[in-house]
Amino acid sequence: MADFVAEVSERLLAGTSVSVIGAGSRTRVGPARPANALSSRSHQGVVHYEPTELVITAKAGTSLTEIESMLAAEGQMLAFEPPRFADESTFGGVVASGLAGPRRVAMGGVRDHILGVRLINGLGEHLRFGGEVMKNVAGFDVSRLQVGAFGQLGVLTEISMKVLPAPEVEETRCFQLMAEDALARLHQWGQKPLPISASHWRDGMLMVRLSGTARGVSAAMQILGGDPMLDAVQFWRGVRDLSDPVFRTDLPLWRLAVPPTTPATTCPLIAMDWHGGQRWTVAPQGDRSPFEWAQNVGGHARCEAPERPVSNWQQTLPEGVARLNRRIRFAMDPNGLINPEDEGLHHAN
Amino acid sequence: MNIDSFIETLALGVARERILSSDAARAPYECDGLTMFRVRPKLVVLPETTKEVSHVLKTCKAAGVPVVARGAGTGLSGGATPHADGVLLVMAKFNRIVAVDPLARTARVEPGVRNLAISEAVAPLGLYYAPDPSSQIACSIGGNIAENSGGVHCLKYGLTVHNVLAVTVALDDGEIVTFGSDAPDSPGLDLLALIIGSEGLLAIVLEVTVRLLPKPEETKVVMASFDDIEKAGAAVSAIIARGIIPAGLEMMDKPALAAVEDFVKAGYPLDAEALLLCEVDGSVDEVADELAKVEQVLRDGGATELRIARDDAERLLFWKGRKSAFPAVGRISPDYYCMDGTIPRKHLAKVLKRMAEMSTEYGLRCANVFHAGDGNLHPLILFDANVPGELERAEAFGAAILELSVEVGGTITGEHGVGLEKIDQMCAQFSRAELAQFHALKAAFDETGILNPGKAVPTLNRCAEFGHLHVHHGELPHPELERF
Repeated sequence: MADFVAEVSERLLAGTSVSVIGAGSRTRVGPARPANALSSRSHQGVVHYEPTELVITAKAGTSLTEIESMLAAEGQMLAFEPPRFADESTFGGVVASGLAGPRRVAMGGVRDHILGVRLINGLGEHLRFGGEVMKNVAGFDVSRLQVGAFGQLGVLTEISMKVLPAPEVEETRCFQLMAEDALARLHQWGQKPLPISASHWRDGMLMVRLSGTARGVSAAMQILGGDPMLDAVQFWRGVRDLSDPVFRTDLPLWRLAVPPTTPATTCPLIAMDWHGGQRWTVAPQGDRSPFEWAQNVGGHARCEAPERPVSNWQQTLPEGVARLNRRIRFAMDPNGLINPEDEGLHHAN
Repeated sequence: MNIDSFIETLALGVARERILSSDAARAPYECDGLTMFRVRPKLVVLPETTKEVSHVLKTCKAAGVPVVARGAGTGLSGGATPHADGVLLVMAKFNRIVAVDPLARTARVEPGVRNLAISEAVAPLGLYYAPDPSSQIACSIGGNIAENSGGVHCLKYGLTVHNVLAVTVALDDGEIVTFGSDAPDSPGLDLLALIIGSEGLLAIVLEVTVRLLPKPEETKVVMASFDDIEKAGAAVSAIIARGIIPAGLEMMDKPALAAVEDFVKAGYPLDAEALLLCEVDGSVDEVADELAKVEQVLRDGGATELRIARDDAERLLFWKGRKSAFPAVGRISPDYYCMDGTIPRKHLAKVLKRMAEMSTEYGLRCANVFHAGDGNLHPLILFDANVPGELERAEAFGAAILELSVEVGGTITGEHGVGLEKIDQMCAQFSRAELAQFHALKAAFDETGILNPGKAVPTLNRCAEFGHLHVHHGELPHPELERF
């Protein structure tokens, strides 16, 4: 099999376009890739992992499963709890899609943990930005810029990510609360230094996960009250991977990112995560109301249905920001050779 | 364009009395916290409104005049060193805390607001702003954005980039745009991440929304002495291996301890080769759990003495010593030069040994304070600028330390920024193609290069020609830029 890095570089140096895909498991939230897209999956392997340095470096095609099991063996984790839509999901795809799971509300997202990348820019140059150290302000933060860029700024080849100790203990508590009351309760708890690592609301029930030391979690359970949950690990995995039945709908599924204090009445709700910052709703085929709902409260919406019933599935950017998006893409790939089918992704309408 | 007509044009949008052109009025702005670089700006402008900032930028862009933004001027890398032919845009009048939302735990502030003033303002709500650079009493949040400032608590609580939700900026042509929002994420590229730490090269910050955290219920600090610096370094790794991320984890070496103890009387042991300060915070129960583990690890790691601060007063005293390291060293040496490399922690012993050798080689003393948890070293090189040759030796020593940081897989700057100071070492850390990529990104925002030119990213020519040559006293690059 041809070396992935060599093949991508050669094609770009020759002025030929290249579309890149990881395992293809994240296309439900990102742009579609053509059938002949080059997969990074052959470019795999952990390059460097030293638990006490709190960093792992791996090639972009390494599977998330491999990385997370390696970390788990040392009692560590990727603290943003990345969704695993397929066993083959790649490390590169994690960065390119920028998706984070329930723990994001407490520990931050992918962009908060990435330390460095190697990538091939549109000129076919293999470049390195950031590194393996926690603090690094030399040069513009090109590594963080890759998070959620869906590979439009270069072909990721290697990623260094901060890792953290997994919590000693986790407990989940359940509360019967309507959406508005759940939000009020979460914001009230948020004022206090409680070890809450996730929250999820649906159908009159609020689930709250506590993570920390044994005594810390047990003390927090006393403060919170609520009922215990069976199969909590399974439950949070379903929320993380959107595999929970609550996300199975006949109508297109929409994800809204909004200021967490936004009233629950803003839109019909299927579920809420991140203390109200991430909300799930549905709208009939072709209905674009979620864009308006989100915009009215200073957030944004994204249609996540696999079949993409609306062509422009992502919120329109303000013109000034859209122009900078285009110019940055041009700066990284002046001839528009990388994932050219994404033309107009950020300025669909 | 001549200077008088340029001032006239500026005065169409900015009150004339806030455009400073006399020698006396401009003199106080000659340098930032890196005082060895002094340049008198052509003009100093103190805007009060967003509209005025836009007008200044439009005017400067039209005339090809460089613009350097300045917050409190506490930066240590010369990021706010003025441009001799440019406008220094002093953001001090943007000093309002615009709004605090206790429920969402956010504060919207103008860039001239001091870092500590945010925490003070929200303290009655039981909240605080986490990043705490040592200069937090004076430094402004706008400058924190420019430098992606850290502090002693960033291993657990992150840098500026982890604690800011949105910034509103003015672009080179005066257009106002906002990156980020009060929502957890925004569509499109993460321009917020790009702007933080961009050292004033991409845009001028006008407003910042910061994330606030609830104050921990309990905070405890342990002080551990070691008779060997390598053991202290190993103890740091052992704490992390035990699954603990302390709120703060700091190290000082013997020369730093001597200087600090003499100044602060914190009760530091003077016979120790290295001292660790380890802070844990959280709920009372969490802290009790973690503290017990930390103590065990430190004992097993060979600590010769362990002391837990009895109360808040003693805890603050322990920290006061660490936070006063710079002024303390200032008392024992006429001048000092603070470096900022970050290294993988495992190389600590090797790096400290090499620095001790360099200290002999360059004939200058060196004291080390170290954000041990995240590998960020602050060697303080002691020198006397009045002794001919010492400043140059100090700079050469500093440059050698930075190159050593890169050699072991680290970086030339962990939190102070590149500015003018480390611009040559950028050539050691990045390839030509990588530097060219930075220039292309700069051009995406600022095609004509008027924003803080000559800082942060060296020209390829500079790397090719100068190697280790340093900028001295206002002999700045970019002669190609159009002037008045």
